[in-house]
Amino acid sequence: MLVVTCIKQVPDTTQVKVDPITGTLIREGVPFIINPFDTYALEESLRLKEKYGFHVAVISMGPPNTEVTLRKALSLGADEVILLSDRAFGGADTLATSMVLAEAIKKLGQKEEVAIVICGRQTIDGDTAQVGPGIATRLGYSQLTLVDRIENVDLKAKKIRVRRRLEGRHEIVETTLPAMIAVLREINRPRYPKVPMRLFAQDAPVTLWNNKVMGLREDTIGLKGSATQVRKIFSPQRERGEIIGDGSKNPQVAARLLIDRLKEKNLLSL
Amino acid sequence: MELNQSLIIIVFVTAIALFIWSCYRRFRLVLLGRPENRFKDTGKRIRDVLYYAFGQRCTVSHGYFFGLNHLVLFWSFMILLIANTEFMLHGLFPYVSLSRLPPGVYHALLFLFDVASVLALLAICIAIIRRLAFPPSYIEAQSRDAFIILGLIAFLMVAFFGLHASEIANSGEEARYMPVSNFAASVFFSHIPVDNLSGYINAFWWIHAIVLLSFLNYLPYSKHMHILAAIPNLFFRSLTKVNTQKREDFKKGNTFGVGQIDQFTWKDLFDSYSCTECGRCSDNCPATNTGKLLNPRLVIHDIKVNVLKNGHLIDKKKEAILPLIGGGREGSIADQVLWACTTCGACMEVCPVFIEHVPKIVDMRRNMVEMNARVPDELLALFENFEQRSNPWGIIPAERIKWAAQADVKPFEVGMTEYLFFTGCFGAFDARSRKVTVAISRILNAAGISWGILGKDELCCGDSLRRLGNEFVFDRMVRENIKLFNEKGIKKIITMCPHCYNTLKNDYRQYGMELEVIHHTALVNDLIKAGKLKLNSAKYSGNVIFHDSCYLGRYNEIYEAPREVIASVTGQRPSEMEHCFDRSFCCGAGGGRMWMEESEGKRINVARVEEAMKKEPGMICVCCPYCMTMFEDGLKGMKADNRVLVLDIAEIVANVLI
Ligand code: SF4
Ligand code: SF4
Repeated sequence: MLVVTCIKQVPDTTQVKVDPITGTLIREGVPFIINPFDTYALEESLRLKEKYGFHVAVISMGPPNTEVTLRKALSLGADEVILLSDRAFGGADTLATSMVLAEAIKKLGQKEEVAIVICGRQTIDGDTAQVGPGIATRLGYSQLTLVDRIENVDLKAKKIRVRRRLEGRHEIVETTLPAMIAVLREINRPRYPKVPMRLFAQDAPVTLWNNKVMGLREDTIGLKGSATQVRKIFSPQRERGEIIGDGSKNPQVAARLLIDRLKEKNLLSL
Repeated sequence: MELNQSLIIIVFVTAIALFIWSCYRRFRLVLLGRPENRFKDTGKRIRDVLYYAFGQRCTVSHGYFFGLNHLVLFWSFMILLIANTEFMLHGLFPYVSLSRLPPGVYHALLFLFDVASVLALLAICIAIIRRLAFPPSYIEAQSRDAFIILGLIAFLMVAFFGLHASEIANSGEEARYMPVSNFAASVFFSHIPVDNLSGYINAFWWIHAIVLLSFLNYLPYSKHMHILAAIPNLFFRSLTKVNTQKREDFKKGNTFGVGQIDQFTWKDLFDSYSCTECGRCSDNCPATNTGKLLNPRLVIHDIKVNVLKNGHLIDKKKEAILPLIGGGREGSIADQVLWACTTCGACMEVCPVFIEHVPKIVDMRRNMVEMNARVPDELLALFENFEQRSNPWGIIPAERIKWAAQADVKPFEVGMTEYLFFTGCFGAFDARSRKVTVAISRILNAAGISWGILGKDELCCGDSLRRLGNEFVFDRMVRENIKLFNEKGIKKIITMCPHCYNTLKNDYRQYGMELEVIHHTALVNDLIKAGKLKLNSAKYSGNVIFHDSCYLGRYNEIYEAPREVIASVTGQRPSEMEHCFDRSFCCGAGGGRMWMEESEGKRINVARVEEAMKKEPGMICVCCPYCMTMFEDGLKGMKADNRVLVLDIAEIVANVLI
């Protein structure tokens, strides 16, 4: 039985700036990292492996240098890593991305039955949280999002029970396998890689599946298969703040001034 | 003398064979350790043994009164070693005897033996009284083992006097060259009929023999194994300061760090056999003194117990029964103990037999981190930050240059700039430390030095990673830094942090990188002495104290430079705290402790600040960003931060630059 974890390599967005003139992202010199949310997905799949004896396959779609991130997954204990990389996959939105990932999972399923697909809740560069649900829809799996705990997996009855964290409440949900779950950062604390595993991962095989292997119709993948396109990227203009008050150090005076101003702008009603 | 020669031979040969066999069984286990060359420079090693062992330098110094007692005992022991060797040889081969020497020499020797015996007896009595009346801080001092050993030695001395006194009485002549035995003869044996005396001689001879042989055979099994191992351990001591850890070879199939005794080097294991259990290391350990579970004496003791429990099994390729790391039992060391060490080196500084505690502790941390990924939660984020952004906070590297806005700074230029000013992560990112960085840049400019910085390209030196046992990532960082230094042709580096200083200087050397590294205190002192800085030496009237950083003082023996700088600026040498110079007390931040919680016991920085406050200082001078943080935090905790200034050496100088 297989757990498939989907991960993405993203630019370290805290270091990305928007070029104010061209309106494009300045990616030069920005390091790539594993999407932080996906580290929790990976950790959870490794815990499932330890607890229930699953195999863990990790898949990622991206440029060839995504290999680095996949090796990291190997060093943490993934059994198999697959890089989905082809020029034809490039420029994909969430629709086209979930297409490729779902097909890859199907392909993995031909060798070994897939029980669970785990994704992070969203990526830090796209922030859509759509790819996980997209995969589930295409594969016809049940989907459980916002999961902060896996309560139980019953392999005989083919059931999984999880806890979802919603606004102000928790929900315990059970569904049949196979299922896709998208996890929150609260679900676990990712482990640190052991050195012997890192050394092993340095030159362990990373399987490459390009479109020759996948054989997908060109109009369903990449830019052509995308329903949406990014037209413009820009930093929002922020209005300059204004200095109120006269620099008085007396906190009571300052507080009074602030309250008056807030009332004036209808931001405070007393 | 009517002694049954064959009985003597049987008893002696059996006892000596037993002794040799016991020693072989125990000491063979040391060879389970990994190889390490400790033979180089034999001449110096021998000189050192003479200096340290026979001078008992380390036991006596450091203000330990009972060390003097040990000196007496040690020397009496050495003299009586001759006497007892002769005793045994004479027993086996009656024609071997010191009495064949010219009478003058023989009598002189007997005189020495006599005096040594009485001194030894006295020293033993003092040791017993001390253990009963003023027991040292640790509990085993009162153990049965200690009393057995002391008792056996005392008994041996009594038998010695009994034997010689009865012989003197039997000879019917005074023996002035043996004053004590002679006195005993006149008091105890003068009224005994001559015919009975040979019976006494015989009895005392046998008592002496049996006590001596029992002592010999008890030794390898007792806690006083150090009597056998300590002197050889002095011979094998590290000839350089122990201020670095060894490199690891990151090849597949290797194990990393030490999780089982056979992964230590043989010298590490031998160290554990040599421990005298004197407790000086723990007396000086900041962790032990603030109520942490860590006690360096016990770490060494646990290693020894583990060798003795597991050694024979490991030797037979069987599974060890007692885990080295984990704790809960004698012979196993808890994770928490290993994480509590600040690597301050106080333990190594005072150990009379030069045991090297810190490398062992770091080796065991390596096992936890590298082989088992078993690290405290707070370190997980730290390690990620170092790996991804090369600084402990995970701040984006572009911010490394921010401080430069407040100073007149140039980038380091290949072939043009002489000195690289390596600010270090604290100097670049930490708001308080940036003021020190700026102060240093002002001094460098005032002295007209050719210097530059790497700005956002500077990387962490890796100190915390190495001390925390994350050698794998440290190794990668060193390689990156060295690549950068080589590309830029950097040969001379000024650091503001003693940790960067020690790492670049002593750790990087292992990678063949010989850099000229200067800590700013030394540089500033040189500049002042050379008259390159014009100072407006307004006398400072308040009380200034100086805190020695472990990595500058103990690790690199820089004690005078900061004091001289203070004297040049304030017109007076700083006053000293109780713990100063090589006995300084850590601020609590070294060894990666800066980044960890300190919930066990009292906070080390609080203890140190309390000690400082006893001197009622107006200003505390430091020379390390960690110490700065720890002192300021401690003072805030005591609500004394408005009364006492904490300043770096560079700041006090920059403040009076003309
Ligand atoms: S290095 Fe310092 S903290 Fe660590 S055991 Fe030795 S004395 Fe204690
Ligand atoms: S390690 Fe050294 S200082 Fe500590 S108890 Fe043993 S001999 Fe004494």
